[in-house]
Amino acid sequence: MEALLAFLDMGGYAAFVWPCFGLAAAVMIYLFVASRRELKAREARLEALRAASPRRRSGAAQREAAS
Amino acid sequence: MSRAATTASESRSLHRFANPARFLRAADAVYPWALAGLVVSLGIGLFLALFASPPDYQQGDTVRIMYVHVPSAWMALFVYASMAAGSASYLIWRHPLGVITAKAAAPVGAAFTFLALATGSLWGKPMWGTWWVWDARLTSVLILFFLYLGYIALMNAFENAERGQKAASLLCLVGVINLPIIKFSVDWWNTLHQPASVSRIGTPAIHESMLWPLGLMALAFTLYFIVVLILRTKSEMLNARLRALGVADLGGR
Repeated sequence: MEALLAFLDMGGYAAFVWPCFGLAAAVMIYLFVASRRELKAREARLEALRAASPRRRSGAAQREAAS
Repeated sequence: MSRAATTASESRSLHRFANPARFLRAADAVYPWALAGLVVSLGIGLFLALFASPPDYQQGDTVRIMYVHVPSAWMALFVYASMAAGSASYLIWRHPLGVITAKAAAPVGAAFTFLALATGSLWGKPMWGTWWVWDARLTSVLILFFLYLGYIALMNAFENAERGQKAASLLCLVGVINLPIIKFSVDWWNTLHQPASVSRIGTPAIHESMLWPLGLMALAFTLYFIVVLILRTKSEMLNARLRALGVADLGGR
């Protein structure tokens, strides 16, 4: 417990060290999650378009095979 | 150029990675390894940075801020240099992948630049006694941040996507002049920010016990950039396909 408190205190600089790590974590996690979510949304939208139109699906399938 | 000639010249040079299909295959192969490497290097890096490394004899525990601040600042420069390479390949050789990757990288670079500024501020308050000072290094990095924001804004400012791509790529290349200014600002202007202690001639001026967490965090940030760049580049490619199909994008920016 003592050791944990000493660790959290960061030699008296807790108010500067922890916000630094917290901010970096928040920004980097947000950017990763937002980027991933956007990719999944666009994949789903493209997939929905393919499913909705058989003509497009065959075209897309050909393009997929060619790539 | 005939198909065979294209293939031959492509296979001889770096230009082969400008082929989107080939890029996608490479990206999908790299992604899981980059993600795994990120988790491992970040785990060990954070452990060393927060627990196992000693406090500095002058800075005390605020030295731990450096394990986030320095890699962020390195990445702020590295991402911009990568974007400049992509922009140049787009403007000179018309490689669409150049501008797509640069566009995908811009928010990552802006995030790293913001973190470099914010964590530097959090270190400056207890160590310098001020959150901010108009020192040459700080000011030139602030300009880098605005270059990233300007690039993103310009990219999305036109109804015609290609005009935005050309304008933003040009801005990116003009802004390259800022990179050597940032790098050498600490030598040219003898103000508050300390000079380089790792990337200098001879051995680094910091002890191994601090070099390891710094190196691992730098590796983790580099892998983070690769991981997010792959996600965002794929997303941009799908967006281009959606646009070509005449579908409005609902996925946001």
